[in-house]
Formats: sequence, C-alpha cells, structure tokens
Amino acid sequence: MKLSYYPGCTLKTKAKNAEDSAIASMEVLGIELAEIPRWNCCGTVYSFAGDEEVHQLAPIRNLIRVQETGSHKVVAICSFCFNTLKRANLLVKNNPAKMYTINTFMEEEPDYEGEVEVVHLLEVLRDDIGWESISEKVQLPLKGLKVAPYYGCTLLRPQDIAIDDVERPTIMGDLLKALGADVIDFPYNTECCGSYQVISNPDYVSQRVWDILSSALRKKADAIALSCPLCDFNLDHTQKEIIQKRSDFKGIPIFYFTQLLALALGLDPEVCRFELNHIDPRPLLESKELLRH
Amino acid sequence: MERIGVFVCHCKLMAYIDNRTVVEAISKKPGVVHAAAYKDLCIAPGLEQVKDVIKNERLDGVLVTSCSPVLHKEVFRQAVTSAGLEDHQVQVVDIRSHNGIKENTERAIEVISSALDILKASLPPVHTRVPITKKVLVIGGGIAGIRASLDIADGGYQVILVERTHSIGGHMIQYSETFPTLDCPQCIETPLMTDTGQHDNITIYAYSEIEEVTGSIGKYKVRIRKKAAYVDWDKCNGCLMCTEKCPRRVLSEYERYLDLPKRQAHRRAIWVPHAQAVPMRPIIDREQCLHFTKGKCEVCVDTCPNKAIDFDQQDSFLEIEVGAIVVASGFDLMPKSAIKEYDLDPDILEGIEFERILCPAGPTAGKVIRPSDGREPKTVAFISCCGSRDPEHGVPYCSRVCCMYLVKMALLYMHAVHDGQTFIFYIDIRTTGKGYEEFVQRAVDEDHVLYIRGKASKIFRDGDKIVVWGSDTLTGKRIEVAVDLVVLGMAMLPSDGAKELADKLGIATDEHGFMMELHPKLRPLESSVPGIYLAGCCQGPKDIQDSVAQGGGAASKVLALFAQDEVILEEAVTS
Repeated sequence: MKLSYYPGCTLKTKAKNAEDSAIASMEVLGIELAEIPRWNCCGTVYSFAGDEEVHQLAPIRNLIRVQETGSHKVVAICSFCFNTLKRANLLVKNNPAKMYTINTFMEEEPDYEGEVEVVHLLEVLRDDIGWESISEKVQLPLKGLKVAPYYGCTLLRPQDIAIDDVERPTIMGDLLKALGADVIDFPYNTECCGSYQVISNPDYVSQRVWDILSSALRKKADAIALSCPLCDFNLDHTQKEIIQKRSDFKGIPIFYFTQLLALALGLDPEVCRFELNHIDPRPLLESKELLRH
Repeated sequence: MERIGVFVCHCKLMAYIDNRTVVEAISKKPGVVHAAAYKDLCIAPGLEQVKDVIKNERLDGVLVTSCSPVLHKEVFRQAVTSAGLEDHQVQVVDIRSHNGIKENTERAIEVISSALDILKASLPPVHTRVPITKKVLVIGGGIAGIRASLDIADGGYQVILVERTHSIGGHMIQYSETFPTLDCPQCIETPLMTDTGQHDNITIYAYSEIEEVTGSIGKYKVRIRKKAAYVDWDKCNGCLMCTEKCPRRVLSEYERYLDLPKRQAHRRAIWVPHAQAVPMRPIIDREQCLHFTKGKCEVCVDTCPNKAIDFDQQDSFLEIEVGAIVVASGFDLMPKSAIKEYDLDPDILEGIEFERILCPAGPTAGKVIRPSDGREPKTVAFISCCGSRDPEHGVPYCSRVCCMYLVKMALLYMHAVHDGQTFIFYIDIRTTGKGYEEFVQRAVDEDHVLYIRGKASKIFRDGDKIVVWGSDTLTGKRIEVAVDLVVLGMAMLPSDGAKELADKLGIATDEHGFMMELHPKLRPLESSVPGIYLAGCCQGPKDIQDSVAQGGGAASKVLALFAQDEVILEEAVTS
C-alpha cells in the first residue's frame, strides 16, 4: 500500500531520526510513505494565531499538492505539521466564504474544497494496520523498557482534530504496549512543553520541562516517547541546563515513537539515528539488551 | 354555524401582528358576522365583552385567537358556555409567532381560517363518565414518595407504594446530616418511614418493580413484579440472625460499593440495607450467595428460627387497579468515570460515598477515614460541578444541591477532624434556599472552609497524596494542592431505568431523561398524562425540602381528584 506523506521541514533536518525510522518501519509493515512533490512549510500552527486567510495558503497549497497526486489522504509524522494541515483543511471545509477567498487568491492553483483527509502516523498504525498485526511483526520486544508516552498538545487540541480522547489519550501507549514495552502513565502527559516560549522565555520552558520529566521519573520511567519535534527539542535539549542545575538529575532519554517502533521491528539501529538524540539513549538500550550490533 | 364571532385578542405579546389586516381578512370569511380586535380578553372585563357580543349578535360560534389554548381554552370555554353556547361552539387558537410582522400576520390569517373550518365542523363532543377507583399507586419510596404516600393515606385513601430496593427511605437515609439545619436523616426520616410502614392505608411492595401499566385517569391497571427475595417475608420476623451468620461478605450497593479497610462497609449475601430498614426483611443476593454459586452453603437455613429461607422462590406478579399514579422514581449520580481527567482512585469519592463515611450510622460510625489506608485524612478537596454545567463531559444543567452538600460535608469534616483543612473548588456558589447562604457563611467564618473559585482541571495520585490542579480565577493563578482525599460533586441524573418507566406509563421525558411536567411553571406536578403526577428528583434535580414539598403537592392533586366520584372524558367530534 502506498500513502501520500508530508514530511515538513524539521523531519529533514533536526528530526531526521524520526523520519528515517518511520519510513523504514512502515516498509516492514507494508506501507510505502510516498513523499508528495514540491511541498512547502506547513505554517507551523503559528498560522492559526490570527484570523487571516493569507496564513492558510501554505497548508492549503500542500493539500493541493496531495490532491494532484490523485490521493485523498495524507499522513504526517510531525505533530505540528499534522495539526496545522488538519486544521487548515477543516477551516476551508467549514467556511465556504474563506475557502472562496483562498481559492480566488491562489488563482494559479487548482481549486481546493477540503477533499483530502489529513492523518497522523499513529492513526495509520492504529486504524489501517492495527495493534495486533504490529505485535505479530515485533522481532525484538522492548521487554523491561519502561516508557512514558508524552502527547503534548498538538495531537489532541483543539478537540475537533484530536486523534484520541482529548483528556485521557492511550494511542501511543497502546502502540508501545504492542511493541512489548512497559507503558508508564503519568499526569503530565498532555501538558504543554512550553512550545515556542523556548526562544523568548527559556527559563519558563526549562521549569515546565522539569515538571514533565520529574513527573515521569517519579513514576519510574526509563524514557519518554513522543511524536513532536518541538516537544522533542524542549524535552531533550533543555535537559543539558537542568543537569547542570540539579545534581540529582542525570538525564532521561527522549525517543520518537518511530525509533522504538523500528527497534522493535528488528531493524538495524542505524535507521534510528540515535546520534541525533541529545540525551544518548544507547546506554539505556544496551542495559536492557535492546541494542543489536 | 352561521353566525360566528372572531375575537382577535392582543396584548404586548401580540405586538408583532398587524391586527387590522387580520380582522379585515377574517371578516370576509363566510359565516363570520363579527370580527374585531380586543385588548386583554382573558381577564374578567374582557370576558364580559365576549358575552355581550354573543348576546347582541346572536352568535352560534366563537373563535378566540390568542395565546396557547393549553392555558386559555378553559377560561374562554366557561365564559362562552355561561352565555348559553355549548362546549363545541368555542375554539381557541394560538396565533403567536416570532418572525417579521408581515409573515406573522399572514400566518395568523391562515391559522384562523383553518380554525374556522374546524369550528364550523364541530359537533357536540361525546362525554364518557369513568368512575374513579379511589386508590393510588406511588412509584418510589424515597422522601418524595414517602411524603406523597402519607399525605394521601392521611386523607383516607388506599396507597400502594412500590419500591425497587428492599427498603424505603431512598437516598436521603444514606446521608450523614442534612443542610442547612444539620439534622440527621436517621432521626428525621425514620419516623416517616415507620409511619409509612405501619399506616393502615399504605401497602408497601418493596423489592418490586412496575411491569406494565394500562388504562387511563380514574382506572389504571398496573402489573407489579415482586422480585424473588428467596426469603418468605411472611414467615420472617426480621431478627436478622441470618445476616450475621452468612459467611459470604461482599461490597454493598447501599454503601456505594465503598471498599474500606477491614471490610467495614461490606454486607453479607443475605442482607438488609441498614439497621432501620422498612420493611425489616432480608433478601438473598443470588449472584453472591454460596448456595446459588457453589451449591453447598445452607447456613441461613440452619440459622433461621422461622424456616423462612426459600431457595426455590420465584418472581411473582400482582395486578392492581388504581385511579391515579404518583411517580417519585428519584435520581442517580453520574459515575465518576465520566470525567476522564480525574483518576479513578479509592481516595477520590463521590458525594454519597463520603456521606456514608461521615454518617454516624454509617460503616465507620462517623469516624472519618480514607478508603486506601484507613488513615484520617488531614486535607480534603471538594470539587463542585463535576459533570453539571459541563456539556463537554456531562450535562448542561445545574444539579442544584451540590453547592450545599459539599459545603455541608466540608463543615461536618471540620467538626470531626479539628486540625483538618478543606478546599472547595467552585464555579459559582448557588445557595438559593432558606438559610442556605447563612450556612455557607458559617462554614467559611467558623469552620474555615476555604473556597477556591475555579474548576479542577486534573486530579491524580502522586504517592501518598492526591494532587488537584486547578486555577484561582480571582487571582488568575494556577493552583496545585496535594490532599489526602478528594470528594466530587457529581451531576444528578434521572435514576437508572427512568426512561423505561416513563415509557410504561406513557409519559413524556425531557432531553435529559427527567420526567416532563405539563407546564414548566404552572403545572410542575402533572405529567403529560392526566392522573399521573410527579414528585421529587424524577422531574429534575432538587433538594430534600423541594422534594418533600412536591410530594405533598402531588398528594393534594390526587386528593382533589379523589374528591370527585367520576371523571368526564371528552372526545371531540367533527362532521
């Protein structure tokens, strides 16, 4: 099966570890992620800060690219891209007047009327493949690895684009369970990571990140799994400063869920690109005998 | 009818209709000899005008166009018949609508024209006289049903009280103390329960349910299912030795399935709900009883001095005939699991669970403990509006009593644990009853109950503590408190099975499943079916005071009906 795939900017740079592990894993699961041609920036959620149609041009243009390939469904791996594309799609679907304005403005493009379905990779794993089928394909069960799934905001909010129950999501935990990991539920799993505040207000983000990490640590988590490159940046990168400030904190590895998927499916750890993770997860994986050389 | 008068009534409600155009159009209709607009026809001087016109114009038909005939038909019918016309010679039609003047006026003319056709075709109605069976069925033995039963029985009529559980008393008997006076239901409700049990005019069918209802006002036939108790209640004398000797201990529905240390809140497989049950008769829980599940235990049989245990008992049925029915089927609380951001944890309780822990007649004899470890909680958070006023998770309406019972429990807790600390998270404090606001002030001033204006967004366990996240909207700050116990003010819902009961009775329910009153303000006690009346929380959330008032009100409706010997059912006839 072939699925149109929208990568977004970060997955080609800082989050290459998310992309490579996802594409390789999906191949094992029988799905080819076909990157759409000529894609551009999604708009990165920020485009929804104001009520201006001009900010919707970028995401809609991407959806037109999907439409041109003859596909009616596009999958994103980055939660931010997923959020922006799905919301832009809903916006034109629910507002004929805005849809008209956008179409008229982009006169060089074919008209778009909201026909493309935007899904997140986790939804494909749950709805198109199913936890049982994934479980059957696991070569290296993540036995003994205590992973806390962290959802952040963009997979779940606003409610009408949520991929799971907004207040008690289980989708990532269900995947990790299928991979054989011990899933740790922790109260901060849907709290905001601090998002873009990391630029203007890094101390605030550092405090938030500590709240999130320490909550997972108190529940005895070995690592955290997530799907959003910005959450990853905040949760992973900010740890350097926290480690300097707190003598009792040694760091906690942050994984993209796709890295754990690739690992469990028995793929070469090379595709996980662990060298891009700030807190190196390899010692943890080695201690659990989950790293095959 | 050849001489019809059309009276176009208008007051400020009718300001959106062009009366002149209506009168002009209607006066041209065949058979209409008089058409005019009047102001405030429904009061005495207006009615006199109608009578004068009937006389002067020798009318043989009257059409009044006004507000709804539901409230106004009777007023005009009486006036017109007193002027010598018959029932079928008067029609009242509602012409109110809410569009522009032009549309309203056009619609009014259409509606009046149709009503004229109906009036012209009307023949004298057929009247059927039904003798009234002067017995009443009361469904539900909570405080509303008890009050209704006693008042009707004191009026001299036979009452059949059907209760689904095996004791009357309802939710009220589970509570610790009641607001705003802090008297305990075990003192103030039990005399009423005993009276009900001993009243010559009241027959209680406990552990019974309504199976089928047919008939109409004055003569309802009701089939009652008496569920098998596996105890012959005629032989049983209520000594309760069986309930002491039974070896099987399980969680008790009467104690809201509270799982307390040392199984304090457990019951036996043969059980009565509490020490003041009416009737004081046990039932065997077939699902739990070792005789039924394993086929070997007969301890109760050996214990019973009266040989009352009957493992072969079957459900039995009973047919009764009554003239009226009072529905008092009560409420249930929304389950805690409805709010997903709040963990399910032994130390996160709903209101009635904490009532049981506070209750001097409860499983801990009033000693305040928390279920997880039996320790005395030193900090308690109360959360109001859990599911109420929250269309996202629950229901849009206010459950009316949570503000009061939460502060009451906070106060009772402070009286029991002097070094305790309470937080009440609230949206608004709604204290509209007599003495309620003063009660809240007393809790704040004397018992140092701390109110935090904001909803709790998340509740979860962290080690030994329960953490509550919320916001203080008065200071705009996020709040986090770690407490020992949390009590949720869950929304009130119609009791389980209320919809099925309403369907059996043929009465309407509202969008939330509460029984629908005939008129939201003027006929709150009458259901949509004549002869079936409503009392208590089956009609909507209310406190004990209001439930009792409604029980008494429903009783007076029944007594008014029983003051007559027959009802006249009218069937409209047209040519």
